[in-house]
Amino acid sequence: MIGIQYGLCGLTFLFFGFSLMMLMRWQLAFPGQALPVIGNALGHFFGPGSMPDGKMTPEFYNSLGAMHGTIMIFLGIVPVAFAAFGNFVVPLQIGAPDMTFPKINAASFWAFGVGGVIMLTSFFVPGGAAKGGWTSYTPLAVVADKGAAFHPFFNGQTLWLVGFIFLITSSLLGAINFITTIIQLRAKGLTWMRLPFFVWSQFVTAFLLVLAFPPLESAIIMQIMDRTADTSFFMPAGMIVNGAPLHISGGGSPLLWQHLFWFLGHPEVYVLILPAFGIVAEILANNSRKPLWGYKSLVFSVLVIGFLSFIVWAHHMWLTGMGSTVSAFFQTTTLLISIPSVIILSAFFISLWGGSIRFNVPMLFATAFLPMFGIGGLTGIPLAFNSADLYLHDTYYIIAHFHYIVAPGTIFALFAGIYYWFPKATGRSMSEFWGKVHFWPSLICMNVIFLPMFLQGMLGMHRRWYDGGQGWSVAGDHTVWGQTGFQWNWWISSAAWIMGLAQIPFIINFFWSIRHGKKTKENPWDATTLEWTSPSPPPHGNFLTPPVAYRGPYEYSLPGRDGDFTMQDEPVQATERLRKPEPEPVHV
Amino acid sequence: MEIPYTVSTRPDTGLWNAKVGIWLFLASEVMLFGGLFSAYIFLRLDAEPGMWPHGLLNVPVGTMNTAILIASSVTVVLAWASLKMRRFSAYWWYMTITILCGVIFLVVKLAYEWPQKFDHFGAFIKKEALEKYEPYLGNHHLEEKGLPPRREISGHLHNHEAMHDPNVKEFEVALDPVNADPTNPANDRPHFFYRQPTDKIAKIEKEDVEYFSMFEPRHSAYFASYFTITGLHGLHVLGGVLVFIYFWLPVGSKLYKTNPEHLANRVEVVGLFWHFVDLVWIFVFPLFYLL
Amino acid sequence: MNNPPDVSPDPSEHEEYAHNVQKHVRAYLMVGATLLAFTGITVALSYVNFGTQKANIAVALLVATFKAGLVAAIFMHLAAEKRLIYRVLIFTGLFVFAMFWLIYLAWYNPIVAPH
Repeated sequence: MIGIQYGLCGLTFLFFGFSLMMLMRWQLAFPGQALPVIGNALGHFFGPGSMPDGKMTPEFYNSLGAMHGTIMIFLGIVPVAFAAFGNFVVPLQIGAPDMTFPKINAASFWAFGVGGVIMLTSFFVPGGAAKGGWTSYTPLAVVADKGAAFHPFFNGQTLWLVGFIFLITSSLLGAINFITTIIQLRAKGLTWMRLPFFVWSQFVTAFLLVLAFPPLESAIIMQIMDRTADTSFFMPAGMIVNGAPLHISGGGSPLLWQHLFWFLGHPEVYVLILPAFGIVAEILANNSRKPLWGYKSLVFSVLVIGFLSFIVWAHHMWLTGMGSTVSAFFQTTTLLISIPSVIILSAFFISLWGGSIRFNVPMLFATAFLPMFGIGGLTGIPLAFNSADLYLHDTYYIIAHFHYIVAPGTIFALFAGIYYWFPKATGRSMSEFWGKVHFWPSLICMNVIFLPMFLQGMLGMHRRWYDGGQGWSVAGDHTVWGQTGFQWNWWISSAAWIMGLAQIPFIINFFWSIRHGKKTKENPWDATTLEWTSPSPPPHGNFLTPPVAYRGPYEYSLPGRDGDFTMQDEPVQATERLRKPEPEPVHV
Repeated sequence: MEIPYTVSTRPDTGLWNAKVGIWLFLASEVMLFGGLFSAYIFLRLDAEPGMWPHGLLNVPVGTMNTAILIASSVTVVLAWASLKMRRFSAYWWYMTITILCGVIFLVVKLAYEWPQKFDHFGAFIKKEALEKYEPYLGNHHLEEKGLPPRREISGHLHNHEAMHDPNVKEFEVALDPVNADPTNPANDRPHFFYRQPTDKIAKIEKEDVEYFSMFEPRHSAYFASYFTITGLHGLHVLGGVLVFIYFWLPVGSKLYKTNPEHLANRVEVVGLFWHFVDLVWIFVFPLFYLL
Repeated sequence: MNNPPDVSPDPSEHEEYAHNVQKHVRAYLMVGATLLAFTGITVALSYVNFGTQKANIAVALLVATFKAGLVAAIFMHLAAEKRLIYRVLIFTGLFVFAMFWLIYLAWYNPIVAPH
């Protein structure tokens, strides 16, 4: 139930964050021009200083940028990929009646709600929402939103910090629940190496959240102290702001914030992708009617990714002047961590080989994930080198790189998961036709949006210019493929708006199918894992009788069996051979 | 279906659920305080000589608070052991003492230690003006001995309006003993016993002051770290005390009648949290009070 | 040492069981007294100069670690805890250490600009 609550809230936030981006894209394509039709209304909605006469102010653009990032990551993807899918699917897949700590789960959802409300209301306080980027770098983030026009506490930048504390608490509590549940409540016979890969990926994700979030929480507490109590954790001495020296003790360090932020920041991106790996794995195996290739390598890889993700963070800080020893260390670990990712992606590709593939809507999204994530991941490799990153840092190349991973990567995996597990949650299926109408434009638009951004970045276009590079473009006349960096914005923005339209069939399909979708049987996809043995939707306690697992999670199309799949809770028959037979002795 | 392994242990892990949960939570707390301690270390390593204060905290009071917290750790584990031995009234008395210790710790900190700091004034002297205030800083004497210089003059501020009023040009401070007699070798090291400001008055020109404030978080990276870490630690103490009170009152302790082992487990879980809080303080005390 | 058993025994064996836990109680009291004593030692040692500032800090932290170790091992039952808990804590310790050490490395290994 909580999974569904998280899912609906998270999807709403995702759509809201997406809308913020669509607003930003207007400014980028048509800087300084009034937004037609809704511009004035939005200006009134977001308050003075946001969009007077429908024209976006730079401060408002910065708020949109900071909040788009924050909302999409922490209010959208983490709640949907981790909390929603995890809470719903994991207990079912391990045969558990519930999570180990239901009350803590409720507290986690409550904290998420409070954090979300705080983040949203920050738009409506004097001065608007946080503007210091989703990374909230000091000292800007400490001196921003201060002065006569702002409330000393209820200003966007401070509220962002406070909201974050609630979101971190929510994730921590949820992650503790997940780990304990997976360790303690696996059904009888469900050993570690019989777990569906989705459970493994959620398990590692939860560990990343438990261990990586707290240092950021400590840094956020310190930044709150800097903003409200005038401390100098991150503020160096001798700062002059608006012509006047700041009355602070100094002695702090902006670099300290960056280290503590990215200590979480990097594991965070793995939190965003690992659940997606898990979802894609389940759907690929199911729709190619073949076991996943390389299960052991997949598990090993995801564990290595989890471990290494803690010691790569400074590749976000190549421009801070770190010396060669420490740079060499981080470059090495960053390159190393690409290896398990490639192993996972390769295993997925190989899993398709020789399968009898059914291209239903979940499978469309899951197969699209593979090359999209491939592009995103491979374009990250140059960024692992501080020499290349010196040029590419803070350009649109970076934006394209991470969006390829998260948008046509993770979000496609989330769509796949929603179409796939919708029948389990509701007992009805979503329309295949409208699912395809959702898929194809989304795929095309994603590429039209993000592919040119690589080119813009390589031209040198900076990621936070609020005029979309208009001034820079005219000055330097940089072009690629016949368009200047700035002119590409028109294409990108148009594709973004079309993509927004393409989500409408999905939203309608989703809500309509809850009541009017075609009723399905208990296991409409003919899948093997335990969640498909429970009724749809699952009752309180998840299962009518406690399940017992007798075999691995992907027994599809195995020779000598009846039918092309065997469910995990199917007892082993005497006539079955679960192991490869002994080789025939060689007769000389 | 009831959730299994809340009281009994799962055979292959040997653990009951809440034990796994609390250790995971404590792992996250280690990372949380680890972040704060790391910040403290880096800020201290990078501090300019003389800008990181020493000897400003009340050591005897801090030592007493440490002892109180350690005692409460002992009593909470004895409370848990009493539950395991099914001695309810022993459990209840040990819990009472634990709660009292926690409350005393908080009261001492919030009603005595912190206000005493907020009442104290300090001004860091600009480098160019250090010679002028040599009678209060004694840096020549320190340099001869190879000790780091003093940059701060502290004590009891007489004219508080000087902090806000631009027309008032100087601070009138009743000096701390270390500034009243800076060349006395006894003042080279912080004293064990806390000493009140003397009667000797010094006038410090505002234009010679690099930064001034009361002994609040804003005063220096030292006090920023001190108040933040002890503040967060104090919140954890408060949280622990509140949960103890719940298990001490009938509402929580009535579980003893129906499932005493479950209550023992829950008390063990809070106890583990409490020991962690004690553990953090064991590090906070020397780092901030003594070094 | 092992911890008191987790599941309550037969009421008829209660006396023996209680006596078993009683032994642990003695250990708790001894450790408590040790911790109090070492608090005094911590304070006393802080007034001894061990040469450099680094040495003074090292001594204080050593004593603190010893005390913390006692709390963890005896009060928190870690000395006889299950493997799983150890694994979680070892990784935690590793990552705290990595966080601190790598930041330290980055801090003190900056690019030096040519003059």
